Amino acid sequence: MIDSFLLIGLPYAAIFIFLIGSILRFRYYGYSVTSHSSQFLESDKLFWGSRLFHSGIVVLLLGHIIGFLIPKSIIVVTSTPLWMMVIEVTAFAFGLLTLAGIVLLIKRRIQEKRLHSVTSKMDLIVYFVILTQVITGLLVAYYHRWGISWYASSLVPFLRSLIIFMPDQAVIASMPWLIKIHTISAFVFIGLIPFTRLMHFLVYPLAYLWRSYQLVIWNRDQKAMHSSKNTREGVKPVNN
Amino acid sequence: MDIRSQIAMVFHLDKCIGCHTCSIACKNIWTDRKGAEYMWWNNVETKPGTGYPTKWEDQKIYKGGWVKNGDKLELRVAGKPTGLTKLYHNPDMPVMDDYYEPWTYDYDHLFEAPAGSDQPTARTISLVTGEPIDVKGGPNWDDDLSGTPDYGRNDINLRNVSAEDQEAMFQLERMTMHYLPRMCNHCLNPACVAACPSGAVYKRGEDGVVLISQEKCRAWRLCVTACPYKKSYYNWSSGKSEKCLLCYPRLETGQAPACMHSCVGRIRYLGVLLYDADKIKEFASCPENELIDRQLDIYLNPFSEKVIRDAKKNGIADSTIEAAQKSPVYKFVKEWKIALPLHAEFRTMPSLFYVPPMLPVMGKMENGVYESTTTNLWGKIEESRLPLQYLANLFSAGNQDKIKEVLKKLMTVRYHRRQVTVNDIEGSLLDDAFESTGLTPDVADAIYRLTSLVKYDERFVIPAAHREEAIEMIESTDDRKGNTGFGEKKGTRRVF
Ligand code: HEM
Ligand code: SF4
Ligand code: SF4
Repeated sequence: MIDSFLLIGLPYAAIFIFLIGSILRFRYYGYSVTSHSSQFLESDKLFWGSRLFHSGIVVLLLGHIIGFLIPKSIIVVTSTPLWMMVIEVTAFAFGLLTLAGIVLLIKRRIQEKRLHSVTSKMDLIVYFVILTQVITGLLVAYYHRWGISWYASSLVPFLRSLIIFMPDQAVIASMPWLIKIHTISAFVFIGLIPFTRLMHFLVYPLAYLWRSYQLVIWNRDQKAMHSSKNTREGVKPVNN
Repeated sequence: MDIRSQIAMVFHLDKCIGCHTCSIACKNIWTDRKGAEYMWWNNVETKPGTGYPTKWEDQKIYKGGWVKNGDKLELRVAGKPTGLTKLYHNPDMPVMDDYYEPWTYDYDHLFEAPAGSDQPTARTISLVTGEPIDVKGGPNWDDDLSGTPDYGRNDINLRNVSAEDQEAMFQLERMTMHYLPRMCNHCLNPACVAACPSGAVYKRGEDGVVLISQEKCRAWRLCVTACPYKKSYYNWSSGKSEKCLLCYPRLETGQAPACMHSCVGRIRYLGVLLYDADKIKEFASCPENELIDRQLDIYLNPFSEKVIRDAKKNGIADSTIEAAQKSPVYKFVKEWKIALPLHAEFRTMPSLFYVPPMLPVMGKMENGVYESTTTNLWGKIEESRLPLQYLANLFSAGNQDKIKEVLKKLMTVRYHRRQVTVNDIEGSLLDDAFESTGLTPDVADAIYRLTSLVKYDERFVIPAAHREEAIEMIESTDDRKGNTGFGEKKGTRRVF
């Protein structure tokens, strides 16, 4: 009972909240979506904390997503012991970077008085969830070796069964408890995204790469209006 | 040709008395809020001095502005794609200690202190942590300290002033200073806009005001690094960057920006310049010694029929063209050429121009004697108390000839007015001055008039914003009849 709540109810709730929540947050509280950088108040410690943490977490997150999207190729690649070893060790190393980073970030938050005034309750919860996630992740990797392989072959089918609305609890129910905790906390993390500063990685500004440097916006673009065929509405302003 | 209109400004430095009224007017309206206390969208610096934030002009430290790389123009550090690698931690971003930690005073203590043998005092309290602090710096901390080793001597603009000149400059009798009021230049080639990965910073097409959309800003903070004038500030509380908005709500209703309206010295002028946007890239990437001339070339003559025709084709309103013809800025910058941009070498093409100060042209040490009674009424510009190279570093990208030309014109106007009012200029001095500067008595009178006599309406020629037309595009004005305003207002408090 509790298992089906945590392993089926919670994932659905989390994904639903994530999807609807982040759209609503972006649509109606777009103003509040920001990285809330605290570098202005403290920069030196942030250098190590943030760089380590982000270089680790971004790679790990991408790894999980790739494994989820193309499990077959992962299974093929990891069938060679050498490759499996290389990938596994790399992933573990990035996990350690992430752990070191988040620990430094938390330490910085506590030590620096100036940061206290810009720390919200939600920030603390985010630290807690990420810390749980990273630590359980590392423990899983250590105690249940070759996770890359079984993630792709056993856990991904479970995740996919959720997506097609035919949840197959059996696969995961037999997994060790450490893996269950890691999975459950992952969904808690996903569900929290719309309510925290975590929104910031959803608005990663990739479009910068192909936009022109200068940006000029007209309230009333006379030139476009003259060439427009639409006589009634003209050109809607794109301002604000 | 792609003609656009730009609201541009002139500050006449000889008239600035360093009273900081402008800064206070701005602070009271816009930045008297949590997270913005340290922001001085308008500030007044003492030169020589290190400015605000400390040594902002030294791009070795702050890495702002554009650099010419072969034929290409690149942002010094932000830019594509390197900017995106600096999001997690930006090593070139100024931090609070480069500005100062804002504070207030513990006033309550004055009332609530228990009886004792000493007068109670109001301690300084940090506005960030709420705890007592010892204040180590503040805005204009170096006010009037041009002679001091910590400030005056650390001015980066002294870099190529000869050691001898520098030594002489700091001798007690030759010490000199002037004020430099600064605000966002609403540049034609703004580095802040180019650096923002979210596209939150933009230039308004109608009047060229550069703004940061608070809705779109995601606190990547690259505009702060990219602006070589350090006029984009990060609000540490709201997690958004902010900058001078040229009081656009005032402009749209025909009023001068608060700093300009309140200026005690009446040093500030504001008006329209028409320019050719197609030329921005080419001119901003020209060789350094041509920067000033090229920037002047980009501004178009608002009386030319062709310019008027093209401007209308581009949708520029008749009222704006008319304002461009009456623009005091056009006169100072283009007609008389006596106002220069600050640090053109940053290549952002600032829309704020300065009439350089004349005050240093007085006295020179000769054989250990302080010479103040020259036969030449005000001495020679070349022998001025402040090395010309210093002014050139500020206002003409290091080119001494440019600054000399301007100073000579200003000098000529003074000779001429002296002759008109006192009639004691001897010999051919005045004629020589007119000849070498190309001024005429009429022009000199016009400069004199615009410099010292004109009232509000001639100092600020503000075109109608036609906001009513813009608003009709968004909503029916009928629905809004009797209402108090348009737009929406949201609190800035953090939700999560
Ligand atoms: C995808 C690209 C990402 C970018 C560009 C990015 C950028 C940033 C920035 C600019 C900050 C503010 C740092 C400062 O104080 O100056 C930040 C903080 C933070 N980010 Fe990211 N981030 C990314 C991905 C992620 C991911 C995937 C996570 C977690 C799963 C994450 C978690 C955090 C946390 C917890 C903080 C707060 C750190 C602190 O202030 O102690 N970020 N991020
Ligand atoms: S002065 Fe700085 S903030 Fe203002 S427009 Fe220029 S680059 Fe942008
Ligand atoms: S108000 Fe005018 S005179 Fe006073 S400091 Fe500012 S610019 Fe100078």
